[in-house]
Amino acid sequence: MTPKRKQKLWVILGLVSLAAIAVGLTLYALRANINLFFSPVQIAQGDAPMARQIRAGGMVKEGSVARDPDSLDVEFTVTDYVDDLQVVYSGILPDLFREGQGVVVVGELQADGHLYADKVLARHDENYMPPEVAQALKEAGYSPADYQTSAADK
Amino acid sequence: MFITMIPEIGHFALIIALLMAVVQAVMPLAGAATRRPLWMAYGQSMAAGQFLFVAIAYGCLTASYMLDDFSVANVANNANSLLPWYYKFSAVWGNHEGSVLMWSLMLAGWGFAASRFTGSLPRDMVARVMGVMGMVCGGFLLFILITSNPFERLLPNMPPDGADLNPLLQDIGLIVHPPMLYMGYVGFSVVFAFAIAALLGGRLDAAWARWARPWTNVAWAFLTVGIALGSWWAYYELGWGGWWFWDPVENASLLPWLTGTALVHSLAVTEKRGSFKSWTVLLAIATFSLSLMGTFLVRSGVLTSVHAFANDPDRGLFILILLAITVTLSLLLFALRAPRVSHSIGFNWLSRDALLLINNVFLVIMTVTVLLGTVYPLILDSLNLGKISVGPPYFNALFVPLTVMMCVFMGLGSAARWKGMAAKDLIHKLWWAGAAALIIGAVMPLLYRGEWNLLVSLGIVSALWVVLPILRDIVDKTRHARSFSAGLRKLSLSYWGMVLGHVGVAVTIVGVTVVSNYNIERNVRMSPGTTVEVAGYQFTMSELTERRGANFLADTAIIQVQRGESGRRFTMRPEKRLYLATGMPMTQVALRPGLFRDLYVAMGEDLGDGSWAVRVQYKPFVRWLWLGALLMAFGGVLAVLDKRYRRVAIARDIPASTAQRYAAQKVTL
Repeated sequence: MTPKRKQKLWVILGLVSLAAIAVGLTLYALRANINLFFSPVQIAQGDAPMARQIRAGGMVKEGSVARDPDSLDVEFTVTDYVDDLQVVYSGILPDLFREGQGVVVVGELQADGHLYADKVLARHDENYMPPEVAQALKEAGYSPADYQTSAADK
Repeated sequence: MFITMIPEIGHFALIIALLMAVVQAVMPLAGAATRRPLWMAYGQSMAAGQFLFVAIAYGCLTASYMLDDFSVANVANNANSLLPWYYKFSAVWGNHEGSVLMWSLMLAGWGFAASRFTGSLPRDMVARVMGVMGMVCGGFLLFILITSNPFERLLPNMPPDGADLNPLLQDIGLIVHPPMLYMGYVGFSVVFAFAIAALLGGRLDAAWARWARPWTNVAWAFLTVGIALGSWWAYYELGWGGWWFWDPVENASLLPWLTGTALVHSLAVTEKRGSFKSWTVLLAIATFSLSLMGTFLVRSGVLTSVHAFANDPDRGLFILILLAITVTLSLLLFALRAPRVSHSIGFNWLSRDALLLINNVFLVIMTVTVLLGTVYPLILDSLNLGKISVGPPYFNALFVPLTVMMCVFMGLGSAARWKGMAAKDLIHKLWWAGAAALIIGAVMPLLYRGEWNLLVSLGIVSALWVVLPILRDIVDKTRHARSFSAGLRKLSLSYWGMVLGHVGVAVTIVGVTVVSNYNIERNVRMSPGTTVEVAGYQFTMSELTERRGANFLADTAIIQVQRGESGRRFTMRPEKRLYLATGMPMTQVALRPGLFRDLYVAMGEDLGDGSWAVRVQYKPFVRWLWLGALLMAFGGVLAVLDKRYRRVAIARDIPASTAQRYAAQKVTL
């Protein structure tokens, strides 16, 4: 082999091995860090894994938000109007967290059926519905107009 | 009469600009193909005219905002008569239509600048560059006119007052962040046009690289500042104290930055050594395509974030088509023509060339991993395979080790020679730098916190390993001068640019490392009289009051802060605002900035019974993040001011005969 070819070979080998490492690391990291979304119905049916980080979402049930008087612990119910999910969180809720509006929570489901959230997300828009929540609600048989009114009714 | 017609004048100016862009796209390219100087000359004048007319359109939209013309839908949706004038001015780009118009204005501006500073470039090259710029501009103007007309009227049902600007965007950060970012995104279109012109003309030499380099550096510097401003804005405006969320929109701006960084370095090699030509061209194409993709991600509505304004699938589709055409055509051209422009120049594996190549590969790998993490959820969703999200741990797990590895080669690269050098020499030159970095890095966490921390040590070692070899190199370079300061003065500006850029990277790494590992956050329940201690500071809430701002009502907490028992006292006033027009609540953070630490207090929510949830944070070294980015950008600009580029600017006045001689040399490649 001429030196030039040899150099080329090394370049290619180097690139291939780097690419392989990168792909391997990426797939590993992706597998470990993907959060799947579940709606309350799916969780009630037992579709969601226990003690693994997931995302869940729906509407915050009217009158369900309960603050502990001495700490920042808070509990509330997320509903898709078919099933309810009890969420436990400690910390500051986002500015746009409201009863009767859509939220997405990230956390782990424990054996008591409660979801222990690390993060609660509500978007900076009054009329906003997280797309996952909108779709989950649609699958539960509600149209956007329905859940607006039914949230208002409750 | 004239005033009521302003939006129509703007609309009309946009149409004229589009027609000019079409002429600019067609005539110079046809002229270059058929060797007709007159046709080629169309490019420059069209670029000037197009810039003028887009600027008129932009001015008209700004005037509509300033005059509170709520019959224009765009103004009615994004402004309010109560808004202070400077927010009316910046509200122009605080929405989809206006920001695309600003994007086009900048694109036309870059095109105009490129047509003015053509340097010693042969005429056919200039014509091709102008032609490609014309196509890009035309695409965007068409996009505005078809899918996002900012001048649409709400007649006859004109609202009495506007809906107001999103309160999050009523901020100095927003006034500067998007224009900077766009300048960066759009600036890469010039080097893209250059790459395509080089492929079309079959000529790519050191002169080409010397010409393309300043443009790339300036665009890159703008993008760097834009990203840093975005991060700073998110830090103090969102009220969480986070500075990077790996949000898809942030990633969209990081992607072209990564390939742009690779491009800046690859261009350096192409200019100095004449190698890596096809690689440089590929990076130029990739960088601009990623800028377009960023626009697609942000504007199409596939993502939801603060940045996704009113969404419309047509717009996404349009940009997707534009992106597809750009990528397909340029890659096709690359496949057909690249073998003609490239030829290999040998170099040793222990040389600056090789080390730069390795880091280029690392940057591309980073780009791919970020891209994958960003679009993977979108792809799965569009295939109906479930809704997933990829969280920050994924990005951190990949980005941190890749950055550390890159630092290893950065240290070596800044001290290595071009073409090749003996391993012995390099070790001799750098062993002390390595030893010093390792020792200081290992000891630092102990000194700072009295506890060893692997990640902090790793960060400090990496940062030192980037900086110390440069110091060694400066010492070597000034050794033979009369005095040290005389030697320093002899170093070229582009060398100082490199130094600043790399020091900036090190500073950012230190900032990221320290703030990620030593950040202290406490969420507490506070009412007047409550005291909390965070990192040696006593935070005492003394009072809760209310106040009225221009267009909002605010609950203000007055918090007295004291360091230790007897340190200096000062007051912090975080607020929770309610904006009247939109009814939107907003957290106004109280910050006590410092070079080595920030104190950060944000009001969470009213817990009733007179107490509030308050987020108190101690953020060491957080300023270093942005300081480093500014240094990098400054380095990029400094490199552009180097003497050799100024010489190119003067050479513009050389008579055409020289240019023709250049053109005759074309065969030599």
